[in-house]
Amino acid sequence: MALDVQAIKKDFPIFDERDKPLVFLDSAASSQKPRAVLDAMTDYYERSHANVHRGVYALAEEATARYEGARSRVARFINAPSEREVLFSKNVTESLNLVAQSWGRANLSAGDVVVLTEMEHHANIVPWLMLKEQLGIELRYIPVTPEHVLDLSHLDQLLDGAKLLSFTAMSNVLGTVNPIRRLTDAAHAAGAVVVVDAAQLVPHQRTDVQALDVDLFAFTGHKMLGPTGIGVLWGREALLDSMPPFLGGGGMIREVRLDGFTPDELPHKFEAGTPPIAEAVGLGVACDELDRYGMDEVWAHEQQITEYAIRTLAERFGDDLVVFGPPASDQRGGVLSLGFKGLHPHDITQVLDHSGVCVRAGHHCAKPLMKCLGVGAVVRASFYVYNDTSDVDALADALQACSDFFGL
Amino acid sequence: MPGLEDLYREIILDHYRNPRNRGELETPPARRVEGFNPLCGDEIVVYVQVDDDGRIDDIKIGGQGCSISQSSASMMSSAVKGKTVDEARALTRAFKALMTIHESRLDGGDGSGTDTPTPDPEVKLGDLEALQGVVKFPVRIKCATLSWNTLGQGLDEVGTEITP
Ligand SMILES: Cc1ncc(COP(=O)(O)O)c(C=O)c1O
Repeated sequence: MALDVQAIKKDFPIFDERDKPLVFLDSAASSQKPRAVLDAMTDYYERSHANVHRGVYALAEEATARYEGARSRVARFINAPSEREVLFSKNVTESLNLVAQSWGRANLSAGDVVVLTEMEHHANIVPWLMLKEQLGIELRYIPVTPEHVLDLSHLDQLLDGAKLLSFTAMSNVLGTVNPIRRLTDAAHAAGAVVVVDAAQLVPHQRTDVQALDVDLFAFTGHKMLGPTGIGVLWGREALLDSMPPFLGGGGMIREVRLDGFTPDELPHKFEAGTPPIAEAVGLGVACDELDRYGMDEVWAHEQQITEYAIRTLAERFGDDLVVFGPPASDQRGGVLSLGFKGLHPHDITQVLDHSGVCVRAGHHCAKPLMKCLGVGAVVRASFYVYNDTSDVDALADALQACSDFFGL
Repeated sequence: MPGLEDLYREIILDHYRNPRNRGELETPPARRVEGFNPLCGDEIVVYVQVDDDGRIDDIKIGGQGCSISQSSASMMSSAVKGKTVDEARALTRAFKALMTIHESRLDGGDGSGTDTPTPDPEVKLGDLEALQGVVKFPVRIKCATLSWNTLGQGLDEVGTEITP
Protein backbone atom coordinates (compact mmCIF):
# COMPACT_ATOMS: atom_id res chain seq x y z
CA MET A 1 0.00 0.00 0.00
CA ALA A 2 1.27 3.46 -0.82
CA LEU A 3 2.36 5.70 2.03
CA ASP A 4 -0.23 8.14 3.34
CA VAL A 5 2.03 11.16 3.57
CA GLN A 6 -0.56 13.46 5.09
CA ALA A 7 -1.12 10.98 7.93
CA ILE A 8 2.61 10.40 8.33
CA LYS A 9 3.30 14.13 8.57
CA LYS A 10 1.05 14.20 11.65
CA ASP A 11 3.43 11.77 13.34
CA PHE A 12 6.16 14.44 13.20
CA PRO A 13 5.75 17.40 15.59
CA ILE A 14 8.07 19.58 13.51
CA PHE A 15 5.39 19.90 10.84
CA ASP A 16 2.76 21.08 13.37
CA GLU A 17 1.40 24.59 13.27
CA ARG A 18 3.92 26.70 11.44
CA ASP A 19 3.57 30.15 9.94
CA LYS A 20 4.40 28.77 6.55
CA PRO A 21 4.52 25.11 5.61
CA LEU A 22 7.87 23.47 6.14
CA VAL A 23 9.28 22.00 2.96
CA PHE A 24 11.99 19.84 4.43
CA LEU A 25 14.23 18.34 1.77
CA ASP A 26 17.33 17.60 3.80
CA SER A 27 16.70 14.19 5.31
CA ALA A 28 19.90 12.81 3.82
CA ALA A 29 21.69 15.05 6.32
CA SER A 30 19.36 14.15 9.17
CA SER A 31 15.74 13.07 9.26
CA GLN A 32 13.00 14.59 11.36
CA LYS A 33 11.81 12.66 14.42
CA PRO A 34 8.37 11.17 14.94
CA ARG A 35 6.53 11.81 18.20
CA ALA A 36 6.75 8.11 19.09
CA VAL A 37 10.56 8.31 19.22
CA LEU A 38 10.57 11.50 21.28
CA ASP A 39 7.94 10.12 23.65
CA ALA A 40 9.83 6.87 24.13
CA MET A 41 12.99 8.76 25.07
CA THR A 42 11.13 11.01 27.49
CA ASP A 43 9.33 8.02 28.95
CA TYR A 44 12.64 6.25 29.40
CA TYR A 45 14.09 9.21 31.29
CA GLU A 46 10.94 9.76 33.33
CA ARG A 47 10.35 6.14 34.33
CA SER A 48 13.32 3.88 33.79
CA HIS A 49 16.58 5.77 33.86
CA ALA A 50 19.58 4.36 35.70
CA ASN A 51 22.97 3.35 34.39
CA VAL A 52 22.95 0.07 32.52
CA HIS A 53 24.76 -3.21 33.20
CA ARG A 54 25.85 -2.06 36.64
CA GLY A 55 23.17 -1.88 39.27
CA VAL A 56 21.38 -4.86 40.76
CA TYR A 57 18.37 -2.81 41.78
CA ALA A 58 15.16 -3.10 39.81
CA LEU A 59 15.39 0.28 38.12
CA ALA A 60 18.86 -0.43 36.75
CA GLU A 61 17.63 -3.77 35.49
CA GLU A 62 14.75 -2.07 33.76
CA ALA A 63 17.07 0.43 32.09
CA THR A 64 19.31 -2.42 30.98
CA ALA A 65 16.32 -4.30 29.63
CA ARG A 66 15.22 -1.31 27.59
CA TYR A 67 18.74 -0.75 26.23
CA GLU A 68 19.21 -4.41 25.35
CA GLY A 69 15.68 -4.54 23.99
CA ALA A 70 16.65 -1.80 21.58
CA ARG A 71 19.62 -3.85 20.48
CA SER A 72 17.37 -6.81 19.68
CA ARG A 73 15.03 -4.51 17.82
CA VAL A 74 17.83 -3.15 15.66
CA ALA A 75 19.13 -6.68 15.07
CA ARG A 76 15.69 -7.67 13.80
CA PHE A 77 15.50 -4.57 11.60
CA ILE A 78 18.59 -5.59 9.63
CA ASN A 79 18.03 -9.35 10.00
CA ALA A 80 21.20 -9.88 11.99
CA PRO A 81 21.51 -13.51 13.11
CA SER A 82 22.46 -12.50 16.65
CA GLU A 83 22.09 -9.39 18.75
CA ARG A 84 25.61 -10.00 20.04
CA GLU A 85 26.69 -8.78 16.60
CA VAL A 86 25.00 -5.40 16.98
CA LEU A 87 27.25 -2.76 18.52
CA PHE A 88 26.05 0.70 19.47
CA SER A 89 28.32 3.65 18.76
CA LYS A 90 27.90 7.40 18.58
CA ASN A 91 27.23 7.52 14.83
CA VAL A 92 28.32 5.81 11.63
CA THR A 93 31.51 7.86 11.66
CA GLU A 94 32.51 6.29 14.96
CA SER A 95 31.51 2.85 13.68
CA LEU A 96 33.85 3.22 10.70
CA ASN A 97 36.65 4.56 12.86
CA LEU A 98 36.16 1.54 15.09
CA VAL A 99 36.66 -0.75 12.12
CA ALA A 100 39.73 1.11 10.90
CA GLN A 101 41.41 1.32 14.29
CA SER A 102 40.43 -2.09 15.64
CA TRP A 103 40.40 -4.36 12.60
CA GLY A 104 42.84 -2.21 10.67
CA ARG A 105 45.58 -1.98 13.26
CA ALA A 106 45.29 -5.69 14.06
CA ASN A 107 45.33 -6.87 10.46
CA LEU A 108 47.17 -4.36 8.31
CA SER A 109 50.75 -3.31 7.95
CA ALA A 110 52.83 -1.18 5.60
CA GLY A 111 52.02 -1.79 1.95
CA ASP A 112 48.73 -3.60 2.58
CA VAL A 113 45.94 -2.50 0.29
CA VAL A 114 42.54 -1.09 1.28
CA VAL A 115 40.09 -0.37 -1.53
CA LEU A 116 37.52 2.45 -1.31
CA THR A 117 35.48 4.28 -3.93
CA GLU A 118 35.62 7.83 -5.21
CA MET A 119 32.06 8.46 -4.04
CA GLU A 120 32.68 8.00 -0.31
CA HIS A 121 31.63 10.34 2.43
CA HIS A 122 34.64 11.67 4.36
CA ALA A 123 33.60 9.29 7.16
CA ASN A 124 34.73 6.41 4.97
CA ILE A 125 37.90 8.06 3.69
CA VAL A 126 39.54 9.91 6.55
CA PRO A 127 39.73 6.93 8.96
CA TRP A 128 41.61 5.04 6.22
CA LEU A 129 43.83 8.02 5.43
CA MET A 130 44.66 8.13 9.13
CA LEU A 131 45.59 4.48 8.96
CA LYS A 132 47.70 5.24 5.92
CA GLU A 133 49.61 7.77 8.01
CA GLN A 134 49.83 5.42 10.99
CA LEU A 135 50.73 2.18 9.20
CA GLY A 136 51.72 3.09 5.66
CA ILE A 137 48.89 1.15 4.02
CA GLU A 138 48.06 1.77 0.36
CA LEU A 139 44.63 3.07 -0.68
CA ARG A 140 43.02 2.34 -4.03
CA TYR A 141 39.80 3.86 -5.25
CA ILE A 142 37.12 2.42 -7.50
CA PRO A 143 36.44 5.29 -9.93
CA VAL A 144 33.10 6.87 -10.75
CA THR A 145 31.93 6.85 -14.40
CA PRO A 146 30.52 9.89 -16.25
CA GLU A 147 27.10 8.29 -15.62
CA HIS A 148 27.83 8.61 -11.90
CA VAL A 149 27.93 4.95 -11.04
CA LEU A 150 30.95 2.93 -9.97
CA ASP A 151 33.25 1.86 -12.77
CA LEU A 152 33.61 -1.85 -12.14
CA SER A 153 35.55 -2.58 -15.33
CA HIS A 154 38.82 -3.01 -13.44
CA LEU A 155 37.33 -4.28 -10.21
CA ASP A 156 39.31 -7.50 -10.06
CA GLN A 157 42.58 -5.67 -10.68
CA LEU A 158 41.79 -3.12 -7.97
CA LEU A 159 40.91 -5.89 -5.54
CA ASP A 160 43.93 -7.99 -6.41
CA GLY A 161 45.89 -8.47 -3.19
CA ALA A 162 43.55 -6.18 -1.21
CA LYS A 163 42.90 -6.92 2.44
CA LEU A 164 39.72 -4.89 2.75
CA LEU A 165 37.06 -3.22 0.63
CA SER A 166 34.95 -0.47 2.20
CA PHE A 167 32.24 1.32 0.22
CA THR A 168 29.06 3.27 0.54
CA ALA A 169 25.82 1.38 -0.07
CA MET A 170 24.28 4.55 -1.47
CA SER A 171 25.97 7.82 -2.32
CA ASN A 172 24.84 10.75 -0.19
CA VAL A 173 25.46 13.06 -3.17
CA LEU A 174 24.50 11.09 -6.27
CA GLY A 175 21.82 8.81 -4.88
CA THR A 176 23.60 5.96 -6.66
CA VAL A 177 22.84 2.60 -5.06
CA ASN A 178 25.90 0.43 -5.39
CA PRO A 179 25.70 -3.28 -6.21
CA ILE A 180 26.53 -4.53 -2.73
CA ARG A 181 26.33 -8.20 -3.51
CA ARG A 182 28.44 -7.98 -6.64
CA LEU A 183 31.14 -5.95 -4.89
CA THR A 184 31.04 -8.25 -1.88
CA ASP A 185 31.39 -11.40 -3.94
CA ALA A 186 34.31 -9.95 -5.87
CA ALA A 187 36.03 -8.81 -2.69
CA HIS A 188 35.52 -12.16 -1.00
CA ALA A 189 36.90 -13.93 -4.05
CA ALA A 190 40.00 -11.76 -3.68
CA GLY A 191 40.21 -12.62 0.03
CA ALA A 192 39.26 -9.15 1.25
CA VAL A 193 37.02 -8.27 4.19
CA VAL A 194 33.95 -6.21 3.19
CA VAL A 195 32.80 -3.11 5.08
CA VAL A 196 29.70 -1.18 4.05
CA ASP A 197 28.80 2.40 4.96
CA ALA A 198 25.03 1.99 4.90
CA ALA A 199 24.16 5.39 6.38
CA GLN A 200 22.04 6.29 3.35
CA LEU A 201 20.58 2.86 2.67
CA VAL A 202 19.25 1.46 5.95
CA PRO A 203 16.83 4.39 6.44
CA HIS A 204 15.24 3.81 3.04
CA GLN A 205 15.42 0.16 1.99
CA ARG A 206 14.67 -3.17 3.63
CA THR A 207 18.01 -4.46 4.84
CA ASP A 208 19.13 -8.05 5.28
CA VAL A 209 22.78 -8.24 6.27
CA GLN A 210 22.78 -12.01 5.86
CA ALA A 211 21.54 -11.88 2.28
CA LEU A 212 24.07 -9.15 1.48
CA ASP A 213 26.82 -11.45 2.80
CA VAL A 214 28.96 -8.50 3.93
CA ASP A 215 31.31 -8.68 6.92
CA LEU A 216 30.87 -5.32 8.65
CA PHE A 217 27.99 -2.93 8.17
CA ALA A 218 27.64 0.54 9.67
CA PHE A 219 24.79 3.04 9.87
CA THR A 220 23.59 5.99 11.87
CA GLY A 221 20.42 6.53 13.91
CA HIS A 222 19.61 10.15 13.15
CA LYS A 223 19.05 9.58 9.43
CA MET A 224 16.41 6.88 10.09
CA LEU A 225 13.95 8.77 12.31
CA GLY A 226 16.08 8.06 15.39
CA PRO A 227 17.85 10.53 17.66
CA THR A 228 21.33 11.94 17.18
CA GLY A 229 24.13 10.41 19.22
CA ILE A 230 23.63 6.78 18.26
CA GLY A 231 25.11 4.69 15.49
CA VAL A 232 25.39 1.00 14.80
CA LEU A 233 28.06 -1.40 13.68
CA TRP A 234 26.94 -4.86 12.75
CA GLY A 235 29.61 -7.49 12.13
CA ARG A 236 29.95 -11.23 11.85
CA GLU A 237 30.41 -12.63 15.31
CA ALA A 238 33.65 -14.49 14.60
CA LEU A 239 35.15 -11.41 13.00
CA LEU A 240 34.12 -9.08 15.84
CA ASP A 241 35.41 -11.65 18.33
CA SER A 242 38.79 -11.60 16.65
CA MET A 243 39.04 -7.80 16.76
CA PRO A 244 40.72 -5.99 19.65
CA PRO A 245 38.71 -3.37 21.59
CA PHE A 246 38.58 0.14 20.18
CA LEU A 247 37.93 2.42 23.17
CA GLY A 248 38.92 1.30 26.63
CA GLY A 249 37.19 1.97 29.93
CA GLY A 250 34.32 0.84 32.07
CA GLY A 251 31.69 -1.46 30.66
CA MET A 252 34.00 -3.17 28.16
CA ILE A 253 36.14 -5.27 30.51
CA ARG A 254 35.82 -8.57 32.28
CA GLU A 255 38.89 -8.08 34.43
CA VAL A 256 41.31 -5.26 35.14
CA ARG A 257 44.59 -5.59 36.98
CA LEU A 258 47.34 -3.05 37.41
CA ASP A 259 49.30 -4.74 34.65
CA GLY A 260 46.60 -5.62 32.18
CA PHE A 261 42.97 -6.26 31.35
CA THR A 262 40.68 -8.83 29.78
CA PRO A 263 37.93 -7.46 27.55
CA ASP A 264 34.32 -8.44 28.02
CA GLU A 265 32.38 -10.46 25.47
CA LEU A 266 30.45 -9.10 22.54
CA PRO A 267 28.82 -6.69 22.23
CA HIS A 268 30.07 -5.03 25.42
CA LYS A 269 33.70 -5.35 24.38
CA PHE A 270 33.12 -2.46 21.96
CA GLU A 271 30.94 -0.30 24.21
CA ALA A 272 33.28 1.45 26.61
CA GLY A 273 31.73 3.93 29.01
CA THR A 274 28.09 4.74 29.64
CA PRO A 275 26.34 4.14 26.33
CA PRO A 276 23.68 6.32 24.69
CA ILE A 277 20.81 4.57 26.50
CA ALA A 278 17.88 6.86 25.75
CA GLU A 279 19.14 7.19 22.19
CA ALA A 280 19.14 3.41 21.78
CA VAL A 281 15.58 3.31 23.09
CA GLY A 282 14.66 6.00 20.57
CA LEU A 283 16.34 4.12 17.74
CA GLY A 284 14.44 0.97 18.63
CA VAL A 285 11.16 2.85 18.32
CA ALA A 286 12.35 4.43 15.06
CA CYS A 287 12.69 0.88 13.71
CA ASP A 288 9.10 0.20 14.88
CA GLU A 289 7.87 3.28 13.07
CA LEU A 290 9.71 2.44 9.86
CA ASP A 291 8.33 -1.10 9.93
CA ARG A 292 4.87 0.27 10.58
CA TYR A 293 5.21 2.34 7.40
CA GLY A 294 6.73 -0.68 5.68
CA MET A 295 10.27 -0.50 4.30
CA ASP A 296 9.22 -1.72 0.86
CA GLU A 297 6.60 1.02 0.76
CA VAL A 298 9.14 3.59 1.95
CA TRP A 299 11.52 2.67 -0.86
CA ALA A 300 8.77 2.60 -3.50
CA HIS A 301 7.50 5.97 -2.30
CA GLU A 302 10.90 7.60 -2.54
CA GLN A 303 11.46 6.13 -5.99
CA GLN A 304 8.22 7.68 -7.15
CA ILE A 305 9.08 11.11 -5.81
CA THR A 306 12.58 10.93 -7.25
CA GLU A 307 11.25 9.96 -10.65
CA TYR A 308 8.67 12.79 -10.44
CA ALA A 309 11.33 15.26 -9.36
CA ILE A 310 13.76 14.42 -12.14
CA ARG A 311 10.97 14.63 -14.72
CA THR A 312 9.40 17.82 -13.35
CA LEU A 313 12.66 19.70 -12.98
CA ALA A 314 13.75 18.68 -16.48
CA GLU A 315 10.43 19.84 -17.93
CA ARG A 316 10.53 23.16 -16.16
CA PHE A 317 14.19 24.07 -16.49
CA GLY A 318 15.63 22.01 -19.33
CA ASP A 319 19.32 22.59 -19.78
CA ASP A 320 19.43 25.30 -17.11
CA LEU A 321 19.38 22.57 -14.53
CA VAL A 322 21.91 19.79 -14.04
CA VAL A 323 20.83 16.75 -12.05
CA PHE A 324 23.80 14.70 -10.86
CA GLY A 325 23.55 10.96 -10.46
CA PRO A 326 22.10 8.18 -12.59
CA PRO A 327 18.61 8.34 -14.14
CA ALA A 328 15.63 7.34 -12.00
CA SER A 329 15.68 3.57 -11.52
CA ASP A 330 15.85 1.05 -8.75
CA GLN A 331 19.58 1.80 -8.66
CA ARG A 332 18.93 5.31 -7.45
CA GLY A 333 17.61 6.56 -4.14
CA GLY A 334 15.90 9.78 -3.14
CA VAL A 335 18.89 12.08 -3.16
CA LEU A 336 19.04 14.74 -5.84
CA SER A 337 22.08 16.94 -6.28
CA LEU A 338 21.57 19.89 -8.56
CA GLY A 339 23.35 22.63 -10.38
CA PHE A 340 21.30 25.58 -11.59
CA LYS A 341 22.20 28.25 -14.15
CA GLY A 342 25.71 28.63 -12.92
CA LEU A 343 24.47 30.04 -9.62
CA HIS A 344 26.48 29.16 -6.60
CA PRO A 345 24.74 26.57 -4.36
CA HIS A 346 25.00 28.92 -1.39
CA ASP A 347 23.06 31.58 -3.19
CA ILE A 348 20.45 29.11 -4.38
CA THR A 349 19.85 27.68 -0.92
CA GLN A 350 19.67 31.15 0.57
CA VAL A 351 16.85 32.10 -1.76
CA LEU A 352 15.19 28.71 -1.37
CA ASP A 353 15.27 29.12 2.39
CA HIS A 354 13.48 32.38 1.89
CA SER A 355 10.73 30.43 0.16
CA GLY A 356 10.59 28.01 3.09
CA VAL A 357 12.40 25.22 1.23
CA CYS A 358 15.17 23.53 3.22
CA VAL A 359 17.85 22.05 1.00
CA ARG A 360 21.55 21.78 1.56
CA ALA A 361 24.44 23.40 -0.25
CA GLY A 362 28.04 22.38 -0.05
CA HIS A 363 30.44 19.56 -0.72
CA HIS A 364 28.39 17.18 1.48
CA CYS A 365 31.53 15.78 3.06
CA ALA A 366 32.54 14.25 -0.25
CA LYS A 367 35.34 16.49 -1.51
CA PRO A 368 37.01 13.84 -3.69
CA LEU A 369 33.66 13.21 -5.37
CA MET A 370 33.13 16.96 -5.94
CA LYS A 371 36.49 16.95 -7.66
CA CYS A 372 35.42 14.16 -9.98
CA LEU A 373 32.17 15.97 -10.71
CA GLY A 374 34.22 19.07 -11.49
CA VAL A 375 32.31 21.28 -9.05
CA GLY A 376 33.08 22.85 -5.69
CA ALA A 377 29.64 22.37 -4.24
CA VAL A 378 26.14 21.27 -5.19
CA VAL A 379 22.61 21.88 -3.98
CA ARG A 380 21.10 18.70 -2.60
CA ALA A 381 17.43 17.87 -2.10
CA SER A 382 16.57 14.56 -0.46
CA PHE A 383 13.28 12.81 0.18
CA TYR A 384 11.81 10.75 2.98
CA VAL A 385 8.54 9.38 4.30
CA TYR A 386 7.00 12.79 5.00
CA ASN A 387 7.72 14.24 1.55
CA ASP A 388 5.49 14.07 -1.48
CA THR A 389 5.23 15.60 -4.93
CA SER A 390 3.98 18.90 -3.46
CA ASP A 391 7.45 19.32 -1.94
CA VAL A 392 8.97 18.83 -5.37
CA ASP A 393 6.60 21.44 -6.81
CA ALA A 394 7.59 23.84 -4.03
CA LEU A 395 11.24 23.19 -4.85
CA ALA A 396 10.63 23.89 -8.54
CA ASP A 397 8.71 27.10 -7.74
CA ALA A 398 11.48 28.22 -5.43
CA LEU A 399 14.10 27.57 -8.11
CA GLN A 400 12.05 29.71 -10.48
CA ALA A 401 11.88 32.46 -7.87
CA CYS A 402 15.61 32.19 -7.45
CA SER A 403 16.17 32.56 -11.17
CA ASP A 404 13.86 35.61 -11.22
CA PHE A 405 15.58 37.12 -8.22
CA PHE A 406 19.02 36.98 -9.78
CA GLY A 407 17.56 38.24 -13.05
CA LEU A 408 18.62 35.23 -15.07
CA MET B 1 11.72 39.14 -2.09
CA PRO B 2 11.70 41.31 1.01
CA GLY B 3 14.53 40.54 3.38
CA LEU B 4 16.76 39.08 0.73
CA GLU B 5 17.51 42.49 -0.72
CA ASP B 6 19.36 43.28 2.49
CA LEU B 7 21.79 40.55 1.63
CA TYR B 8 21.88 40.86 -2.12
CA ARG B 9 22.23 44.58 -2.69
CA GLU B 10 22.39 45.62 -6.32
CA ILE B 11 26.03 46.61 -6.04
CA ILE B 12 26.89 43.17 -4.67
CA LEU B 13 25.16 41.51 -7.59
CA ASP B 14 27.00 43.84 -9.94
CA HIS B 15 30.38 42.83 -8.53
CA TYR B 16 29.31 39.19 -8.69
CA ARG B 17 28.27 39.40 -12.33
CA ASN B 18 31.20 41.62 -13.36
CA PRO B 19 34.03 40.82 -10.98
CA ARG B 20 36.86 43.37 -10.94
CA ASN B 21 40.52 42.37 -11.03
CA ARG B 22 39.90 38.73 -11.93
CA GLY B 23 43.00 36.91 -13.04
CA GLU B 24 46.52 36.00 -12.05
CA LEU B 25 49.82 37.78 -11.53
CA GLU B 26 53.27 36.45 -12.09
CA THR B 27 54.85 35.02 -8.94
CA PRO B 28 57.28 36.42 -7.98
CA PRO B 29 57.16 39.40 -7.89
CA ALA B 30 53.55 38.90 -6.79
CA ARG B 31 52.60 36.66 -3.89
CA ARG B 32 49.92 34.02 -4.27
CA VAL B 33 47.78 33.08 -1.26
CA GLU B 34 44.88 30.65 -1.08
CA GLY B 35 41.94 30.85 1.26
CA PHE B 36 39.33 28.17 1.91
CA ASN B 37 35.90 28.15 3.42
CA PRO B 38 35.75 24.54 4.59
CA LEU B 39 32.04 24.85 5.28
CA CYS B 40 31.02 25.30 1.68
CA GLY B 41 34.10 24.39 -0.32
CA ASP B 42 34.67 27.91 -1.60
CA GLU B 43 38.22 28.74 -2.43
CA ILE B 44 39.80 32.01 -3.28
CA VAL B 45 43.20 32.89 -4.63
CA VAL B 46 44.62 36.35 -4.02
CA TYR B 47 47.64 37.56 -5.99
CA VAL B 48 49.07 40.63 -4.38
CA GLN B 49 52.05 42.64 -5.53
CA VAL B 50 53.61 45.16 -3.19
CA ASP B 51 56.19 47.64 -4.49
CA ASP B 52 59.32 48.81 -2.67
CA ASP B 53 57.43 51.68 -1.05
CA GLY B 54 54.98 49.27 0.55
CA ARG B 55 52.19 50.10 -1.87
CA ILE B 56 49.87 47.46 -3.36
CA ASP B 57 50.56 48.15 -7.01
CA ASP B 58 48.51 45.24 -8.30
CA ILE B 59 46.06 42.65 -7.08
CA LYS B 60 44.18 39.86 -8.84
CA ILE B 61 41.57 37.41 -7.66
CA GLY B 62 41.08 33.79 -8.67
CA GLY B 63 39.07 30.87 -7.37
CA GLN B 64 35.38 30.22 -7.10
CA GLY B 65 32.66 30.93 -4.65
CA CYS B 66 29.24 32.31 -3.96
CA SER B 67 28.03 35.80 -4.81
CA ILE B 68 28.94 37.07 -1.36
CA SER B 69 32.50 35.78 -1.30
CA GLN B 70 33.09 36.72 -4.93
CA SER B 71 31.65 40.21 -4.67
CA SER B 72 33.44 40.85 -1.40
CA ALA B 73 36.71 39.83 -3.07
CA SER B 74 35.99 42.00 -6.06
CA MET B 75 35.18 45.04 -3.94
CA MET B 76 38.20 44.39 -1.78
CA SER B 77 40.50 44.26 -4.78
CA SER B 78 39.19 47.60 -6.06
CA ALA B 79 39.40 49.14 -2.61
CA VAL B 80 42.99 48.20 -1.78
CA LYS B 81 44.61 48.57 -5.16
CA GLY B 82 47.01 51.51 -5.04
CA LYS B 83 46.79 51.74 -1.25
CA THR B 84 49.74 51.22 1.07
CA VAL B 85 49.90 48.04 3.08
CA ASP B 86 49.05 50.02 6.21
CA GLU B 87 46.04 51.58 4.56
CA ALA B 88 44.90 48.18 3.38
CA ARG B 89 45.19 46.83 6.89
CA ALA B 90 43.18 49.73 8.27
CA LEU B 91 40.51 49.03 5.68
CA THR B 92 40.55 45.36 6.61
CA ARG B 93 40.03 46.26 10.26
CA ALA B 94 37.15 48.53 9.37
CA PHE B 95 35.55 45.88 7.19
CA LYS B 96 35.98 43.18 9.78
CA ALA B 97 34.52 45.44 12.43
CA LEU B 98 31.44 45.55 10.26
CA MET B 99 31.36 41.76 10.37
CA THR B 100 33.32 40.57 13.36
CA ILE B 101 30.98 40.87 16.28
CA HIS B 102 28.98 38.21 14.64
CA GLU B 103 31.83 36.18 13.29
CA SER B 104 33.47 35.86 16.70
CA ARG B 105 30.18 35.01 18.31
CA LEU B 106 29.89 32.15 15.86
CA ASP B 107 33.18 30.46 16.46
CA GLY B 108 34.68 32.04 19.53
CA GLY B 109 37.20 34.23 17.76
CA ASP B 110 37.91 35.37 14.27
CA GLY B 111 40.62 32.78 13.95
CA SER B 112 43.45 35.25 13.69
CA GLY B 113 43.40 36.46 17.26
CA THR B 114 45.81 39.19 16.28
CA ASP B 115 43.66 41.80 14.67
CA THR B 116 40.63 42.25 16.87
CA PRO B 117 39.45 45.12 14.77
CA THR B 118 39.23 48.55 16.21
CA PRO B 119 38.13 50.56 13.22
CA ASP B 120 39.74 53.86 12.51
CA PRO B 121 36.83 56.31 12.20
CA GLU B 122 38.76 58.01 9.39
CA VAL B 123 38.55 54.92 7.20
CA LYS B 124 35.76 55.10 4.64
CA LEU B 125 34.31 51.81 3.50
CA GLY B 126 32.34 53.22 0.59
CA ASP B 127 30.74 50.50 -1.54
CA LEU B 128 31.83 47.88 0.94
CA GLU B 129 29.12 49.03 3.30
CA ALA B 130 26.71 47.27 0.97
CA LEU B 131 27.94 44.04 2.54
CA GLN B 132 26.61 45.10 5.91
CA GLY B 133 23.39 43.17 5.30
CA VAL B 134 25.40 39.95 5.52
CA VAL B 135 25.47 40.16 9.31
CA LYS B 136 21.80 39.29 9.36
CA PHE B 137 22.71 35.96 7.77
CA PRO B 138 25.37 34.63 10.13
CA VAL B 139 26.44 31.62 8.08
CA ARG B 140 27.36 33.95 5.23
CA ILE B 141 29.75 36.11 7.24
CA LYS B 142 32.57 33.67 6.58
CA CYS B 143 31.90 34.09 2.86
CA ALA B 144 32.25 37.86 3.14
CA THR B 145 35.45 37.75 5.17
CA LEU B 146 37.21 34.99 3.23
CA SER B 147 39.03 37.24 0.77
CA TRP B 148 40.00 39.71 3.49
CA ASN B 149 41.51 37.03 5.66
CA THR B 150 43.35 35.73 2.63
CA LEU B 151 44.66 39.18 1.74
CA GLY B 152 45.74 39.65 5.37
CA GLN B 153 47.72 36.46 5.22
CA GLY B 154 49.36 37.59 1.98
CA LEU B 155 50.31 40.96 3.46
CA ASP B 156 51.73 39.23 6.55
CA GLU B 157 53.90 37.07 4.32
CA VAL B 158 55.08 40.05 2.31
CA GLY B 159 55.77 41.88 5.57
CA THR B 160 58.00 39.17 6.95
CA GLU B 161 60.05 39.32 3.77
CA ILE B 162 60.52 43.09 3.80
CA THR B 163 61.31 43.51 7.48
CA PRO B 164 64.25 41.26 8.32
C1 LIG C 1 27.16 7.98 3.32
C2 LIG C 1 27.39 8.65 4.64
N1 LIG C 1 28.35 8.19 5.46
C3 LIG C 1 28.59 8.75 6.65
C4 LIG C 1 27.86 9.83 7.11
C5 LIG C 1 28.18 10.40 8.45
O1 LIG C 1 27.15 10.23 9.35
P1 LIG C 1 27.32 10.64 10.87
O2 LIG C 1 27.63 12.10 10.87
O3 LIG C 1 26.02 10.33 11.50
O4 LIG C 1 28.44 9.83 11.42
C6 LIG C 1 26.86 10.34 6.28
C7 LIG C 1 26.03 11.49 6.68
O5 LIG C 1 26.40 12.57 6.93
C8 LIG C 1 26.62 9.74 5.03
O6 LIG C 1 25.69 10.22 4.20
